Amino acid sequence: MSTLHWAMVAPFMLALFVPFLYKHVRSIHTGWFILPLPVALFFYFIRYMDIVQQYETVTETVPWIPSLNIHFTAYVDGLSLLFSLLITGIGSLVVLYSIYYLEKEKEKLHHFYVYLLLFMGAMLGVVLSDHLITLYLFWELTSISSFLLIAYWYKRERSRYGAKKSMLITMFGGLLMLGGFLALSVMGDTYSIRELLAHSSTFVNEPLFSVALLLILLGAFTKSAQFPFYIWLPDAMEAPTPVSAYLHSATMVKAGIYLVARLTPIFALSPLWIWLVGGTGIVTLFWASFLASRQTDLKGILAYSTVSQLGLIMSLLGIGALAFHYNFAENIFIVATLAAVFHLFNHATFKGSLFMVVGIVDHETGTRDIRRLGGLMTVMPMTFTIALIGSLSMAGLPPFNGFLSKEMFFTAMLRVLEADIFSLETWGILFPVLAWCGSVFTFLYSFLLISKTFLGEYRPERLEKEAHEAPVGMLLAPMLLALLVIVIGFVPNILSDTVLAPAVYAVLNGLFKPGEGVDVHIAHWHGWTPEVFMTLGVIAVGTVVYKTFPKWNGVYRRLPERLSLNHLYNRLLEWMEKGSFALNERYMTGSVRTYLIYIFTAIIALLSVSIVLKGQWNIEISRFAPVGIYEIVLAVVIVAGALTTLVSKSRLTSIIALGSVGYTVALFFVLFRAPDLALTQLVIETISVALFLLCFYHLPKLRDHGKGYSFKLTNAIISIAVGVVVSTIAFLSHAYKPFESISQYYVENTYEKAAGKNMVNVILVDFRGFDTLFEICVLAIAALGIYGMIKLRMTKEEKLEK
Amino acid sequence: MELVMIIVIGFLFAAATYLMLSKSLLRIIIGTGLLSHGAHLLLLTMGGLKEGAPPLLGEHAERYVDPLPQALILTAIVISFGVTAFFLVLAYRSYQELGTDNMEQMRGKEEDD
Repeated sequence: MSTLHWAMVAPFMLALFVPFLYKHVRSIHTGWFILPLPVALFFYFIRYMDIVQQYETVTETVPWIPSLNIHFTAYVDGLSLLFSLLITGIGSLVVLYSIYYLEKEKEKLHHFYVYLLLFMGAMLGVVLSDHLITLYLFWELTSISSFLLIAYWYKRERSRYGAKKSMLITMFGGLLMLGGFLALSVMGDTYSIRELLAHSSTFVNEPLFSVALLLILLGAFTKSAQFPFYIWLPDAMEAPTPVSAYLHSATMVKAGIYLVARLTPIFALSPLWIWLVGGTGIVTLFWASFLASRQTDLKGILAYSTVSQLGLIMSLLGIGALAFHYNFAENIFIVATLAAVFHLFNHATFKGSLFMVVGIVDHETGTRDIRRLGGLMTVMPMTFTIALIGSLSMAGLPPFNGFLSKEMFFTAMLRVLEADIFSLETWGILFPVLAWCGSVFTFLYSFLLISKTFLGEYRPERLEKEAHEAPVGMLLAPMLLALLVIVIGFVPNILSDTVLAPAVYAVLNGLFKPGEGVDVHIAHWHGWTPEVFMTLGVIAVGTVVYKTFPKWNGVYRRLPERLSLNHLYNRLLEWMEKGSFALNERYMTGSVRTYLIYIFTAIIALLSVSIVLKGQWNIEISRFAPVGIYEIVLAVVIVAGALTTLVSKSRLTSIIALGSVGYTVALFFVLFRAPDLALTQLVIETISVALFLLCFYHLPKLRDHGKGYSFKLTNAIISIAVGVVVSTIAFLSHAYKPFESISQYYVENTYEKAAGKNMVNVILVDFRGFDTLFEICVLAIAALGIYGMIKLRMTKEEKLEK
Repeated sequence: MELVMIIVIGFLFAAATYLMLSKSLLRIIIGTGLLSHGAHLLLLTMGGLKEGAPPLLGEHAERYVDPLPQALILTAIVISFGVTAFFLVLAYRSYQELGTDNMEQMRGKEEDD
């Protein structure tokens, strides 16, 4: 195993020791033992920047199931490095924050850090895996650890609901994604992403192409909370705030983004991909930013804001895929991919800090409800400053990093208008329009977040605690993130040259040679362009919308609750549960007769269908023996006997009729020259009838005695059908026999080899003696069973004990 | 001849099915009895009902009937007898314990699950 692999498994290994540390070192907050790991990993990954900047990649392989060609292959390029740095960097800050956020005495810290480390390791596995199957393994592990973290306070009903919802939705997507992966590996005949990318252009005409595309996109959309699968994210806000900051804003929800970015070179040639990724992204951006403004819970606002920003990144990736359709020289769509990875990074910084700020407000005032908060600016000046930086960056205002990526976002959206393929020349106008509208709402909720929490008058009577500034340890992590927001805002090229350019190169794999083209776009981040006027428009309209917000607020109440996706999700679950229950109730009646009807009907249906489809109708009449008079008489007798069992009013008559059938069978055996059978049949029929009479004698007296049975039409139809099907199959198979019996051997060798003259007996004990042995066993077991049933009785006390 | 037997067997199967679909446990057991008779006759018929001596070498005949289906039937008769006897005693015991032979009344209770 290489150091890279050790870096990937380190979180899992540390997770093993967390409970010991928690149990035995009670005086120190467990988080302090965790903190060194992500910090060390962060600096470890920093070292890869040199390699990646040279547009080189690192691949390390450890075999897992070599016979199935499954390996743990770690692969570092620009994109996975960007994600790894985010995961470990923000991971370190979140651990630091959680040390101050979670109390040592009250919380089950060992649970928290085990889950968090599991998540961190899984997330590193997702972004570093080159193998589709191991990628899926880590993907599911992030879902599971996220489920555990959301339900961290498992005694709360809302936590459990949120955890279940996120589990159902992300697992649903994950499973479909696995299907997509399998389709992809069938097409490419490999599981390795690198190898798939290498001959990606040949896939477009494969029949499985669209299937793989749709399934993988469903996986990515559910994980990254895209429309209409975003509904789990707001409910996941029941998790502790460090978890929300880490999983549900900076890392896990970007796993879908990662997947889309990673597989872009494979699917980009399809118009379906561009429309689905771009279209879903832009719709999610608009819809979630619209909904974010109606939230009254701070974390609710941030959750919808996250959904909206993820939509933004997704739409940029969709537009970025257009780059594959144009020549390099005139390629104006590369900027979209650059904007996507840039905003991905920016969003992680400002959203992480905002979540931490909200956690601080919650921690220090006891509420996250904006209707009860207000005027905290003077009480919590540090927190306010950080929140202001984060919000302004989120709103896309200069001089913060959100402004730069928002500007590039507008650039990319405007360039869609220049596309002339896939009906983008007509419908493409939707992209800039929705993007602009979404930005106005983003501006609105960013300002609502600030003004409702920190501005206005301070009303301590509404708060659960005496509000005061947070301890410096808690402020440290958001301060660092806010600092990053400002630094990237002023000197973006530090970041873009080192990390973003290789990431863009990785996303647009194979489109251009290392180093050329991308740098140009990064340098051009200012100038009087239409984007600037769009931003000015956002600020102007956004201010108006913000000022008049109380007036048009009522619009949200007009949104029909019944059409909301949450309502649909809840109804769907309820309906499925009720539906399957009703279905079970309906067909599992508990009555043996019903099940027999199912079985008989299935037999009739299957056999008659196969008779009709496959029946061999070339009948050889010569095979049939001539009809004899005695047999006819016996046939009449046996039919009469069977008929009597059916119609007789009393049970005694039925039993005797059954006996008559049995004796007639014995007579048939006589007629068809089977003396041993006739003997056995006579004896056994006699014993059976005696047993039947025993049962009859012990019947309960209370009811049914001597009473007739009503005729049932269904039963009659099924019975006749069974009889007809059996007869037909017997007739067809007898009329058509491809080869002769093997019995001539027995006739010739019964005396020669086995020293007997009765062929049947010699077959039973000599040629095929094994059958007889086990038939004896059957009789022995039956005898023992009968003895047991009659002798062994459970007493009342034993019954009660049971 | 086989055609006659096949029709008779079909009738036995139909009667057995009808009885097995009824409510009374005793009728169900009678149905299984008819069903095994039908199956045994079917075995014999499908082996062929051509003329020939009984399968005893002392007969010194030109042709014998096929001995193999007879051996199979003999095994089947004994096994079905074992099972029927067990089934009958089971029915007798359930009469004793439950006081009913109505299949519709023999259902598990919710609390037994």
